Amino acid sequence: MSTDVVIEAKGLTKNYGQAVAVDHISFAVGRGEIFGLLGPNGAGKTTTILMLLGLTDISAGEVRVLGFDPAREPLSVKRRVGYLPDTVGFYDGLTAADNLRYTARLIGFKRSEREKRVTEALDQVGLAEFAEKRVGTFSRGMRQRLGLAEILMKGAQIAILDEPTSGLDPHATTELLAIIRGLKSEGVSVLLSSHLLDRVQSVCDRVALFSGGRIALMGSVAELGREVLGGGYVVDIEAEGAGFAERLALIPGVSGVEKTGIGKLRLHADRDVRSEAAAEVVAMHGRLKYLGVQEVSLDAIYSRYFETRPDEEMTMKEGARHAA
Amino acid sequence: MRREGSAFSGLGVVMLKELSDHLTSVRMRVLEWLVVLVALAALYGAVQQIEDTTAQDPFLFLRLFTTSRDPLPSFVSFISFLVPLMAIGLGFDAVNGEYNRRTLSRILAQPIYRDALLFGKFLAGLVTLAISLITLWLIVIGLGLLLIGVPPGGEEIGRSFLFLFVTIVYAGVWLTLALLFSVLFRSPATAALVTLGVWLFLMFIWPVLAGAVAQIIAPPDPRYLALGLQTPATAVTEQILARLSPSTLFAEVVVALLDPTTRSLGPIYLSQLQGAVLGAPLPIGESMLIAWPQTVGMIASAILVFVVGYVIFQRQEVRA
Repeated sequence: MSTDVVIEAKGLTKNYGQAVAVDHISFAVGRGEIFGLLGPNGAGKTTTILMLLGLTDISAGEVRVLGFDPAREPLSVKRRVGYLPDTVGFYDGLTAADNLRYTARLIGFKRSEREKRVTEALDQVGLAEFAEKRVGTFSRGMRQRLGLAEILMKGAQIAILDEPTSGLDPHATTELLAIIRGLKSEGVSVLLSSHLLDRVQSVCDRVALFSGGRIALMGSVAELGREVLGGGYVVDIEAEGAGFAERLALIPGVSGVEKTGIGKLRLHADRDVRSEAAAEVVAMHGRLKYLGVQEVSLDAIYSRYFETRPDEEMTMKEGARHAA
Repeated sequence: MRREGSAFSGLGVVMLKELSDHLTSVRMRVLEWLVVLVALAALYGAVQQIEDTTAQDPFLFLRLFTTSRDPLPSFVSFISFLVPLMAIGLGFDAVNGEYNRRTLSRILAQPIYRDALLFGKFLAGLVTLAISLITLWLIVIGLGLLLIGVPPGGEEIGRSFLFLFVTIVYAGVWLTLALLFSVLFRSPATAALVTLGVWLFLMFIWPVLAGAVAQIIAPPDPRYLALGLQTPATAVTEQILARLSPSTLFAEVVVALLDPTTRSLGPIYLSQLQGAVLGAPLPIGESMLIAWPQTVGMIASAILVFVVGYVIFQRQEVRA
């Protein structure tokens, strides 16, 4: 095993009686990488995370976290890994700082070090002024940030975040994602799970798409895009005028033109044809109102991937739609 | 295969945190006031009764605990009734409360074992109960001194001190039971109701039921019935069954410790009493010997119930 791999799972399986929650999955997370476990609710993401932390038994397969076996050496794993559970909870009657102090004592930090770490961590997530406020008054976004502060305070090498952005408003989500990027810049490897594909796509280096307890796809968003969407470009145009469709179809590289609405066209091409398309519209004295290329999105990859596999369970598609 | 590290790392931290939670909680304050007021009432009744009736008694001080005056029951009966309530009040939401606050998985993701969490919670509850009971004991001793005006002898202090210890053990039994149900049921309300149900059953219904069941297991001998006596086999069976309830055990220990004239807690034959000076007090050591099996029985049941809860908790899924 290379020293640059911090989490390695081979054939990881979890059965609950007859039901298979996680079915022979294998993946590896590199040092300093943000790895996303994505998929609908109930696809096995949380179970996978709990197995990585040694909080639930492994039915079959093997896991190594920083070279340790979570089932046999749970304390070594838990000392080095920070965990933010799905909808994290704190003791509402205690202040933010007291909650962190309790965790710090459980970890076993010395008193002087404890205070320093707690103050620094709260500062890093922007909760310094709320340190002595009771957590009962905190909003959901603040609790999530406090959860991240706990991981920072712990000085974890790996941060495992379960649905860190679920239930947050767009502003809080942006703030949280910024802190997650900050973790990466400090050399912390991040494993995060989410069913909100588009929000996490911006932070993840690589993703694994879960479906029914298996990893359906794995790689960077760009790689998955090429693999699933065929690497084509989709350009949307909105313009006033008539007869563009025929002209635009003649642009080299354009394989198809479809009408998507009044004055709206969509071009399928094997390269970025925006400049040529704009030139054509202007040459015909049309009034160009909109021109844009569709970015590769995980949503598109997800829906496309499961559309082309009609044998997949319907729940997966519903999940993808829900995620959108 | 051995586990890595100590099962008790973090135990002290968990205990101190839970202890401070208990001691500052509103719930605890309510329970304490309840116990103090009720105990004072019982004490007042006892003092009145002692002044009225007992002139000469070598163990006047112990009468404070056991004497009752209508309509109030004695201090001891109040304690055997209220201590379980206090213990249940402290323990019924110990583990499921962590689930519901969604703090459990976060805490267990720290480098501690589940052992430390459960045992820390038990110890914190026990220490809280011990603090309250010691305070109560001191209040009774102090008020006793003031109200009766007779200083207690060394043996009386020894006996009442043993009574205090046994009461803490008794509280521990109910605390483990409450902890067990807090592991079993995710809803604190369900856990509280079930624990209270078990308490009611063991305290009030089982002693009655034990007699009926004993009659079935060991039917009374018609020869004894004809003489108007209880069949020894039936009586023994009934007692064995009744002792399955910690309340029965506690009542027996209390009788042995606080009434020095108690010579046996079970039925005995007249032949066994040959040569005995009835009504003469036993030395404290002898009374301890009589109470010993019941005390061990209570400690053992606390350990047993705790172990069952521990095993279930170890195997439980942490996800909410």
